[in-house]
Amino acid sequence: MSVASQAKGQNQEILRVEKLNKSFGTNHVLKDATLTLRKGELKVLIGPSGGGKSTLLQCMNFLIPPDSGRIWLDGVEILGHKKRELYAYRQQVGMIFQDFNLFDHLSALGNVRIALTRVRGMSRKDATDRAMAELDRVGLAAKAGLYPAQLSGGQKQRVSIARALAMDPKVLLLDEPTSALDPELIGEVLAVVKDLATAGMTMIMATHQITFSAQLASEFVFMEQGAIIEHDSPAALLAPGACTRTKAFCAKINELTGEPV
Amino acid sequence: MLEEYWLFASERVMPGLNAALLVSARLIVPSALYGALLGVITGAIRVYGPKPVRRVADAYVSLFRGTPLVVQLYFWYFALPYIRVGGFAIVLDAMQASILGFALCSAAYQSEYIRGGLLSIRSGQIKAARALGMNPMQTVLHVVLPQAVRRALPGCGNEVVYLIKYSSLASIITVNELTGTARSIAKATFRPIEAYATVAVYYLLLVTLAVWLLRWLEDRMSIPGFERPRD
Ligand SMILES: Nc1ncnc2c1ncn2[C@@H]1O[C@H](COP(=O)(O)OP(=O)(O)OP(=O)(O)O)[C@@H](O)[C@H]1O
Ligand SMILES: [Mg+2]
Repeated sequence: MSVASQAKGQNQEILRVEKLNKSFGTNHVLKDATLTLRKGELKVLIGPSGGGKSTLLQCMNFLIPPDSGRIWLDGVEILGHKKRELYAYRQQVGMIFQDFNLFDHLSALGNVRIALTRVRGMSRKDATDRAMAELDRVGLAAKAGLYPAQLSGGQKQRVSIARALAMDPKVLLLDEPTSALDPELIGEVLAVVKDLATAGMTMIMATHQITFSAQLASEFVFMEQGAIIEHDSPAALLAPGACTRTKAFCAKINELTGEPV
Repeated sequence: MLEEYWLFASERVMPGLNAALLVSARLIVPSALYGALLGVITGAIRVYGPKPVRRVADAYVSLFRGTPLVVQLYFWYFALPYIRVGGFAIVLDAMQASILGFALCSAAYQSEYIRGGLLSIRSGQIKAARALGMNPMQTVLHVVLPQAVRRALPGCGNEVVYLIKYSSLASIITVNELTGTARSIAKATFRPIEAYATVAVYYLLLVTLAVWLLRWLEDRMSIPGFERPRD
C-alpha cells in the first residue's frame, strides 16, 4: 500500500460502481446504479421487493454481467470479460446469499476450506487451520464436522459467512442474509454482521432489518424500480419531520413487524 | 434326481463355467469402468458443453439407446473391419469388439443418470462457487460432480447390473464367456436343463455380488442429506 493511499485512511475507496445497467428482455431492472463503498463502512440497501437489490449486488461481482457500467476495486477497473482477472476479483469480493447456498456434500469445515485449497492453492493443513479459525469467529468451531443438512438456518448462514471471510475479501456483499431465517434465528446472524462491522469490514447489505441496520449503517440506499432513489445516513433519512421515501417505506415495514422507527 | 443333477453340474458343467467366469469378468469389469467414465464425461458434456458438442453427445446417446445391442456388436465385430480410412481399417477381436460395444452402450445409459444428477444441483450452489472465484472447471469438478455422482449412483448401479446380464450377448460374436460356454456344454452333453440352470445361478451370484458392492459403495459415499430411501 502506498503512503498516499494509507494517508486517506477511513475515506479510502474500496469498491466503486458507476452507471450499472441491466435488462432482462424488455424489463429494465437496474438503471444507472452508481455507488461507492469506502473502507470500513456498511451501506444498507433497502426498498420494495423486485426493486433490483439482488440484481445490483450480483452485478457487482459479475454473477449477473451488467449490460453497461464500470466497476473499480481499489482503484483498478475490473473488466468482466477478462476471465482470469474476473476470478481473481471475485476472490476479493465475498458474497452472502439469502438461502445460504452451502455445498451440500461438504461439512461446515469442508465448505469453508474448499476455495482455500482449490482456488487459493493452500495446503490442506493450512486451509484447515484457517477454516477452523473462521468457524470459531462465527461461533461454530464445535459444529465443523456437521453437514448442511444437520445445521439450522442460522448456523448455515454463519458457515456461509465464514466461507466468505476465509478468502480475506476486501468487501462483503450480503443479499438479505436473514430473510430465509425463522425469527428466533435472525439474531445470531445479525450478531455476526455487527461484529464484522465493528471490526471494520467493508460491506453492502440488502435487508429488511431496518432497526438493526439503522444503528450500524453509514448510509441507507433506497432502491425502487431498478433505480437508486435516495441515499443518505439513516439519521438524516429517518429524522423526525423528514419527508423521504425511505422513511415512508421503513414506517410501513416496521408497522408490519411491530418495531418503532 | 437333485443329487444326480448336482453330480452332473459339478463334474461336467461347473469346471467349464468357472473358466468362462473369468472371461465374463474380463468383459464386464472394463466395460463397466470405461462405460462409467465415458458416461460421466458424456453426461457433463450434455449439460455444460457448448451447443454443437452437446448436439453430438445427444445424438450419440439417442443412437446407442435406440438400436439393439446385438446390432451394435455385429457392427463393431463384422462391419468395422470394412471401414477403410486412408488404407487403414480397425480390426477388433471378439473380446475387444464386445468391450467397445458394451462400454459405449452402457455409457449412453449412464450419461442419462449423470445428466439428471447434474441438473438436480441447485443453481445457487453454482453461484456460490463462482462467487468464491472458482472457474467453471473447478465448479463442476469440486461442487457439482461430487453431488451429481452421489445422486446418480443408484441409477448407475442398476445399469451395471444390466451390463452383467447383457454381457451374455458377447457369445453371439464368438466370445466364450459364461453363456457361450453353457451353450457349448448343453450341445455337447444333450443336457440343456443342467447347463442353462447352472449358468443362470452363476449370473444370479454375479448380480448379487454387484448389488452388494454397490450398496457398500453407496454407504461409504453417503452423506447426511444425500440418503436415499431404502426399500
Ligand atoms: N434472471 C432473471 N430473469 C428475468 N428477470 C429477472 C431475473 N432476475 C430478476 N429479475 C427481475 O428483476 C427485477 C428485480 O429483481 P431483484 O431480485 O433484483 O429485486 P430485489 O430488490 O432483490 O427483490 P427482493 O426484495 O424480492 O429480493 C424483478 O422484476 C425480477 O422479476
Ligand atoms: Mg432480492
